[in-house]
Amino acid sequence: MTNNYTATELLATVASRQLEDRKSVFVGTGLPMIAGLLAQRTHAPNLLIIFEAGGVGPRVPVLPMSVGDSRTFYQAAAASSMHDVMSMCQAGHIDYGFLGAAMIDRYGNINTTVIGDYAHPTVRLPGSGGANDIGSLCWRTIIIMRQEKRRFLQKMDFVTTPGFLTGPGAREKAGLPAGSGPYRVITQLGLYGFDAVTRQITLLAMHPGVTVEQIREHSEMDILIADRIETTEAPTEEQRRLLHEIDPAGKVMGK
Amino acid sequence: MEIIEEGQGELVGWYDPDENREWVRVNKSRDLKDKRMAMADAVAKYVPDGAFLATGGFGHVRVSMAAIYEIIRQRKGNLTMAGKTAVFDADVLIGAGCVTRMEVAYSFAHELRGLSPAGRRAVESGQCKVVAELSNAAYQWRFLAAAMGLPFIPARDMLGTDTFKHSSAKVVKDPFSGKPICLLPACYPDVVFVHVPRCDMYGNAQIDGILIEDFELARAARRLVLTTEEIVPESVIRDQPWHTAIPFFLVDAVVEVPYGAHPCHMPYLYYFDEEQIAEWLRMSKSPEGAREYFDKYVYGTADFYQYLERIGGVRKLDYLRKVEQLRAAPNTLTRVPTES
Repeated sequence: MTNNYTATELLATVASRQLEDRKSVFVGTGLPMIAGLLAQRTHAPNLLIIFEAGGVGPRVPVLPMSVGDSRTFYQAAAASSMHDVMSMCQAGHIDYGFLGAAMIDRYGNINTTVIGDYAHPTVRLPGSGGANDIGSLCWRTIIIMRQEKRRFLQKMDFVTTPGFLTGPGAREKAGLPAGSGPYRVITQLGLYGFDAVTRQITLLAMHPGVTVEQIREHSEMDILIADRIETTEAPTEEQRRLLHEIDPAGKVMGK
Repeated sequence: MEIIEEGQGELVGWYDPDENREWVRVNKSRDLKDKRMAMADAVAKYVPDGAFLATGGFGHVRVSMAAIYEIIRQRKGNLTMAGKTAVFDADVLIGAGCVTRMEVAYSFAHELRGLSPAGRRAVESGQCKVVAELSNAAYQWRFLAAAMGLPFIPARDMLGTDTFKHSSAKVVKDPFSGKPICLLPACYPDVVFVHVPRCDMYGNAQIDGILIEDFELARAARRLVLTTEEIVPESVIRDQPWHTAIPFFLVDAVVEVPYGAHPCHMPYLYYFDEEQIAEWLRMSKSPEGAREYFDKYVYGTADFYQYLERIGGVRKLDYLRKVEQLRAAPNTLTRVPTES
């Protein structure tokens, strides 16, 4: 692909377009933050952004280094607490949860805890953080991640955060809030949803220039393909300018 | 209640509620007394080897770094730490060998800065053991249960996942809705350090900005040490009592330590010292490098004032204050300007 934009810019802009104006979103560190801030600066000025440490509806001036730093409650509607915002999540106030992931399976379950044997890990990752809470308690979860064969897995070493667990009805059976679950997965190759019946990951759109073969090459799990596959929009010059205004040092966009 | 499933993680910091009530009755003074203490004395008195430790704030936001460096300086060992979003605080304690057991919600990483070399090395080699997993909200609700004097609190997270399987929680059938629900056991850390912008000498403390989980954690703590940017007259507190997040009788010691969260971030006062954090992340890539870092900044300094001089003194701290106020860019500078 010879584009005038980077894969990270594409991820951020596609992710940002998934967010609707006048809805609430709970965002995690990194690209989810960037996508939320971009949405606010473009099509969703009244997007209500909530951070897990207590920032509610801030006017974030520049990319925060932490979901708990002072930029996350800069000119906010409220600076409250984790108990408060997680409770609001549990009570149904939060439309979207926005997460990054190291690994995912076909039901949208996420692993951010460990690679390899739990007792003797090959790689120890940070653990749930707020991800399990966000994936359990928000209405719809959106996941942004890099798609590789070793990350799009048939079976994972560890389920940190619930997607649809083992398939249709499994979330409700486990006691998770009814009607909640994963909604979109965005990778550098495409945009995915989840089949309404089987709850399996389904390709909805590909980025410009990407082929179905590439999608399959970069996945160990089986991916359902929608009847009609859309092509995502490339980042506009204005979106790219805003992304670099949000993250001037390239802390996320430079990756 | 019918128990549907039990997590296999170690139950850390739980006491029968009657046992803890009795402990509180005997050990927590209701006396309005001067609790000012030196950092070294507070750590010596309240952090025995093997203690279960939790820090306030958010891992690298409003954490009591003065206390953490003092724990390292005194070479405390075999500590268990609450990885309740543990970032820089846990990383240096693990890197120095003080913490050998973690209960993990979020640990071994630095958010945007990536995974932590020291933390990962320790956990992947078995030097630091993960005794249980849980989520951020679950940890915070464990403290809420303790703050409420309850044995547990119900929640609708962790259900159906390996995070639950490796936790100390239980799933039961909720007697009201009939649906499965997760019961999170109360958690009472042995000692908690909370860094605040101001408090009086009795321990009445205000927090500016988000509370994160310090309201609950302060009430769950058995021993609570406040480190504070400044000790203010009692009247400052009593003129605006609705701003008190932590009242005096929860507090065991008060330590005045300006810039006490450095190199982490103190909302409204100073931003992250990215240069210093980068130095730690670079040096801690090897055990020798980590030791060198501690020799330079901890063992090689007598106290936090000397440490602040070593990291760049007033010039550096003034710069970090300007970054926090959005008057200087953190991002374009890798070195602190030597002249303005």
